[in-house]
Amino acid sequence: MKNSVILGALTAAGLIAGAAGAATLDDVKARGKLNCGINTGLVGFAAPDANGEWSGFDVAYCRALAAAVLGDPSAIEFVSLTGKTRFTALASGEIDVLSRNTTWTLTRDVDLKFTFLGVNYYDGQGFMIPKGLGVGSAKELDGATVCIQTGTTTELNLADFFRVNNISYEPVPIETNAEAQQQFLAGACDVYTTDASGLAATRATFENPADYVILPEIISKEPLGPLVRHGDDEWADIGRWTLNTLIAAEEYGVTSANVDEMAAKPTSNPEVNRMLGTEGNLGEMLGLDGQWALRALKAGGNYGEIFEKHIGENTPIGLARGLNAQWTEGGLMYAPPFR
Amino acid sequence: MTALTDPPKESFRLSMLIYDTRYRSLTIQVVALFVFMLMAAWLINNTAQNLAELGKPIDFGFFTEPAGYDINQRLIDYDNQDSHLRASFVGLLNTLLVAFLGCLLATIVGVLVGVLRLSKNWLVARIMTVYVEMFRNVPVLLWIVFFMAILIENLPSPSDYRGDNPDASMYLWDSVALTNRGFYIPEPLFSRSLGDLPVFGAFNISIDLLALVAVLAAGIWGAGRIKHRADRIQEETGERPTTWYQSLAVVVLPVAAVLVFLGFHLGYPALKGFNFQGGVHMRNSLIALWLALSFYTAAFIAEIVRAGILAISKGQTEAASALGLRSNRIMSLVILPQALRVIIPPLISQYLNLTKNSSLAIAVGYMDITGTLGGITMNQTGRELECVLLLMLVYLTISLCISLVMNWYNTRVKLVER
Repeated sequence: MKNSVILGALTAAGLIAGAAGAATLDDVKARGKLNCGINTGLVGFAAPDANGEWSGFDVAYCRALAAAVLGDPSAIEFVSLTGKTRFTALASGEIDVLSRNTTWTLTRDVDLKFTFLGVNYYDGQGFMIPKGLGVGSAKELDGATVCIQTGTTTELNLADFFRVNNISYEPVPIETNAEAQQQFLAGACDVYTTDASGLAATRATFENPADYVILPEIISKEPLGPLVRHGDDEWADIGRWTLNTLIAAEEYGVTSANVDEMAAKPTSNPEVNRMLGTEGNLGEMLGLDGQWALRALKAGGNYGEIFEKHIGENTPIGLARGLNAQWTEGGLMYAPPFR
Repeated sequence: MTALTDPPKESFRLSMLIYDTRYRSLTIQVVALFVFMLMAAWLINNTAQNLAELGKPIDFGFFTEPAGYDINQRLIDYDNQDSHLRASFVGLLNTLLVAFLGCLLATIVGVLVGVLRLSKNWLVARIMTVYVEMFRNVPVLLWIVFFMAILIENLPSPSDYRGDNPDASMYLWDSVALTNRGFYIPEPLFSRSLGDLPVFGAFNISIDLLALVAVLAAGIWGAGRIKHRADRIQEETGERPTTWYQSLAVVVLPVAAVLVFLGFHLGYPALKGFNFQGGVHMRNSLIALWLALSFYTAAFIAEIVRAGILAISKGQTEAASALGLRSNRIMSLVILPQALRVIIPPLISQYLNLTKNSSLAIAVGYMDITGTLGGITMNQTGRELECVLLLMLVYLTISLCISLVMNWYNTRVKLVER
């Protein structure tokens, strides 16, 4: 009798603790949709395609996560966010995960109470100017008018760069990439500065991309990645390992084309077997099922495939892999072991 | 004989709080107040507790940390190593600037349009109707963005002024440059400046400006005395002495003397490097916001003015013209002074609207207090609640100050009853 009361109390306590801890996963499952925060429009990273469907490098991560958790890469409610509104949206619970070229910094991690799930793009801040101005280096930009997206780390980097080099500038704060483009093309600002990947993406949409150059200086480290709120480590784990799956799959040669075949029966690579659920129970440990990684990879392919499809060298954006190549090929993409 | 008997002395019973109509309403009010306070306390406690659980207890310490970002339009000295507090203050001054300029222009345009809408000239009256309906019925945010787009797309960029055969040229004897980065106009400079006066060690006020304002105020007071004297002479003798040249001299001469003493000259903008240098740079974000807010609010003010004028009975006009007054004097001496009493109270709320609408500034990147404290500072520090609470407090204070001033003016112009 006494024991059952204690057990009952323990169960209740456990249930409450469990409910508090795994709330996001349960919420997402109950809702049947993943609320994913993305850019308001940056070609290659997050932009609506001809059919009005969101697509892009950042969007692909959301699709993989939705596929892993809900089994459907289209079960997503996309929320377009500006640099200014994104953190409030995430902190308030309006979105479950933010995948919007966001730089991982200490302040955001610690003071803003967010958990970064990893890095999906190693970037740095650059400057784009019209060729006609004849500027060859960012240090020659004394007195220039600079368009900058407000509420971003680039704003602070810019202030630091000009202060350290003891030159002056006139900031023109703008809200979205589209507004920046309008002002930059009209000549209302001499320079547009943001992450180099964003500059390349923006330039690709110009009528005459060749008339604009991206200056050689990269003035900051901008590791971009998806992030979630503090306080739900289980949910963060799911997000983190979905990203790791995409990266590891490229390393092990698992693609959207051969993933079905590889998941059908154990392969010679135990790492792949554990990832795809033919060996062990990693999926169950995450609170999902054994097929989670299979679904995530089928949504848009592995990291390399996503990169090539949306921002790679054969797209108008034309970004080289550079730092974002696999570690085996001299890059920084390195997924921890699936074990 | 009848004896006066006192009514039976009632003793107070607790049930009387409900059943006795003398106390009932009081009881209900006390209970309602109690419930309201309880709800407020619950809300505040809940917020504080949730924030504490998130690990973000309410803390205003971030205000002293360096802001780290730059602001393009600053009325006081500021650089990115100054504190968030100072950045907020720079934003506050920008808000006050656009609100002040906006109220001024909106009043001028609004009164003009309101009077012209009653004009007997069919074309003028209709054009004013079209103006009012157009501006009143489109959201102000769209007007702001629209004005900004016009400025950016239609005006030449500074690079068009470059070269031997430039595409664009400056106006007014090469003193004003209109570009899509804003207007560059000449700035007043003093070669024998008196320097700056530090206020609380926080910012400086130019002593030259103070001197000019003081002399101008004295001049206007002097002109007031001259008018007073002319009034008195007119009442005594029926003849009004000609005083306009005296008034003009009293206002203009001392100011001119001070300007000469300070070595006043103009600094002209000139193309140097990427931009025009020198002169005053009115950024197109300020101009777009200012014009959009002014023209939008002016449409409402025009309607208020029209209503005020129509509220004055036609008999007043007829009586005045029977006395031999000309129509413009009827307007300024008879109609408007009475109409003001009807106009001022709704005008106050238009001023308040304009000031609050200025928080849309971020749409064009104008760094007002919503852009600094409620924008970048909030974003970089993650202190949403603190920033928003403070922002609300700031707007509340500004609005109450405007109300105070306008109410004081209202009591001055209202009908004096004897």
